[in-house]
Formats: sequence, structure tokens, C-alpha cells
Amino acid sequence: MNPKRRQKLILVGAMVAIVALAMTLLLNVFRSNIQLFYTPTEVAQGKVPPGAEFKVGGMVAADSVERLTDGLTVEFVLTDHAEDVPVRYTGILPDLFREGQGTVSVGKLDDQGVFVASKVLAKHDENYMPPEVADALQKAADNKKQQPYGSDTVILQ
Amino acid sequence: MFQWFHRLASLKNFYRLAEIITPWLAVLCAILLAVGLYRGLVVAPTDYEQGESYRIIYVHVPSAWMSMFVYMVIAFCSAIYLVWNMKLADIVAQASAPMGAAFTFLALATGSLWGKPMWGTWWEWDARLTSELILLFLYIGYMALRGAFENSAAGAKAAAILALVGVVNIPIIHYSVEWWNTLHQPASITKFDTPSIHISMLIPLLMMALGFKLFYLVNMFSRTRSMILEREASTSWVRNRAQENNL
Repeated sequence: MNPKRRQKLILVGAMVAIVALAMTLLLNVFRSNIQLFYTPTEVAQGKVPPGAEFKVGGMVAADSVERLTDGLTVEFVLTDHAEDVPVRYTGILPDLFREGQGTVSVGKLDDQGVFVASKVLAKHDENYMPPEVADALQKAADNKKQQPYGSDTVILQ
Repeated sequence: MFQWFHRLASLKNFYRLAEIITPWLAVLCAILLAVGLYRGLVVAPTDYEQGESYRIIYVHVPSAWMSMFVYMVIAFCSAIYLVWNMKLADIVAQASAPMGAAFTFLALATGSLWGKPMWGTWWEWDARLTSELILLFLYIGYMALRGAFENSAAGAKAAAILALVGVVNIPIIHYSVEWWNTLHQPASITKFDTPSIHISMLIPLLMMALGFKLFYLVNMFSRTRSMILEREASTSWVRNRAQENNL
């Protein structure tokens, strides 16, 4: 390679490397600002901005969804399997909202530590399958639960 | 070793090559898109959670992949142009930019249409959505910067540098769903273990992805050809072909 081209190649390489390095440092500094939501653990640790609106993300805990008598208000518990945050929301829930599903709620903590949401978003997971396959997986999981020794234990009688 | 490279780099030879393979690619592309769309929209089963709405994946995911792929082509060509001053690389980059912008727009628009019923919002400033939007601005900036120069060679150099600077955004888009918590779900297919999408849904998706890639190639080749004619208008081979009415 002739020296001029080599020099240009090094220059181009160095430029990309420096920009990449600068971007890495920048993204590291702003790491917490880029996170879309706080986890229930962070809420419990008091890492959330006091008195301001923020987002909490987590799973809707099993058997926690309760509809109040006005028909529009819903209460549920968001969990990350370590800490829980109770949430109250009045409004229309997205199609994918259900127990065991990931959600992101926007709102504020009230005095009793209940998160009053102004918006609830459903988070979709990366799994795509036909309903029959989902049923089969569910059945397999249920069977496993019912067997006291677990499906992979050989019982000698 | 560099002989085929130099031969390909000759605009005349590339024009000829593109002329021969474009019709074949176009036929293959039409077949793949037709079969992929039919299998994706009609034959593939509904999703257990999203019902029919998931079918937007057959347009959304291929265009999102292409938005990044086309940018990588532009960045690669820009590096070659800056270092080796290869004209063809510059033309390919220039021809690709509007297509990349169109794919990016399509990915953003289809994602937004899906997001409203599924997530409950048209737009959320999460890392994946925001970095994809930055990609759209990079494409637009690339085209604007090229056009802003009186001297086209200076514009090409400036735009090539912009394209190379912007290339850091590509890994950010790809890994955004892993590095940060986002509303957008993680990848279903581009992970090393088995894909999280059922095979009956995956095959039409891969056909659509290949169809989109060929669609890009067909259009890029024909755009490149007309750009070559424009730049080479005063050469004898273009004049001869024009006289023979064979362009």
C-alpha cells in the first residue's frame, strides 16, 4: 500500500475509534438517564426523584390485579421478584396488560407509598408462537407443578 | 489480487454488470416478497398474545434490519472512498442513502402503529426508539450535507466523514435493548441460541428479510447506473451507447 493511502487509512480508523471512545464515555456518564424506568428495588431504596413524576417497570404480580367498583380504576402490584410497588391507575389498559406481563407505569408516589399512575404501558417479550404451542407449554408447566417429585425424578416403588 | 477489484471499480464495467444481474434479482425479489407476504399474512398462525397484530413484524423487522444494513454499506463505501478515492464507492453510498432513510422511516412508522394498541403509546423515548430516530436524522443529514456543497467532490468527502462518525450509532441501536431497560422487547432472532419465534412464523419472516435485501439491491443498482451515466456523460462509451439507443 502506498504511504499516502496508508496514512489515510490510519486517519479514518483513528477517527472512528475516537468517536466510538467518546460515545462510550458519554453513554456511561448518562447511563442512568438513558434507562427508561426505575425498578421496584430502586423505588424501595429511595433512588427515585422525590415528588416528581417518574416511570416504574416490572412484572404485574400474579393475582394482584383488582378492579375497583367505578369500573375504570385498577390496582395491581408491580414486582421485580425482590421488591413490590403497589400501583393505582384510572384509564384504559393496553391490550397486552395482564398478570405476569412486563409493564411500565408513569406517575408519582403518594403519601402512602402507592404509585398513582397516569399512564400504563405494556412491555412485550420477545416470544412469538401460535396459541396451540403456548397452550402446550402451559400444560407442560402445570403438569410439572402437580408432580410432587418433579418430572425428572424417578420414583422407585 | 487487486485486479478484479480494479476492474469492478471501473464505472463502465460496473454499469455492464449491474445491467445484467438487475433483472434476475428483480424477479427473485418479486417472488420472495409475494410468497413471503402470502405466507406471513395468510398462512402463518396468529400469535398467542398479540393475535393478528403481530403480523406487522413481516414489514417492521425487515425494514429495521435494512435500515442498519444500508447504513453499514454507506459507511463501508465511505471508508473506501476516503482512503482509496474510489469513485464507484462514493456513487453506491450516494445511491443508497435515500433508500436507507426510507427503510428507517418505514421501521419507525410501522413500529409506532403497532405500539399504540400493544404498548399503549405511539412513541416512547426509550433507547431503541430514540437511537433509530437518530439513524433517520443521520441519513437526512448525510443527504443534506452532500447537497449543501457547490463542489460535489468536497460534498462527497464531508458526507463520507459524517457517515463514518455516525457508524457508532449502529451498535447502539442493536444493543440498546440489552444495555438499558427499554420499552422495546429484546431481539427474537439475532441471538446465538434458538430464536424465540416459532418456526412457522420465522420462515416467512426470513423470506421477507431476503426480499427486502434484494429490493434494496435492485433499486441501488438502477440508481447507481443512472448516476454513472450522469457522471460519465462525456465519455465515449456512454456516447456510443446513447447513439445505439442502448442505455
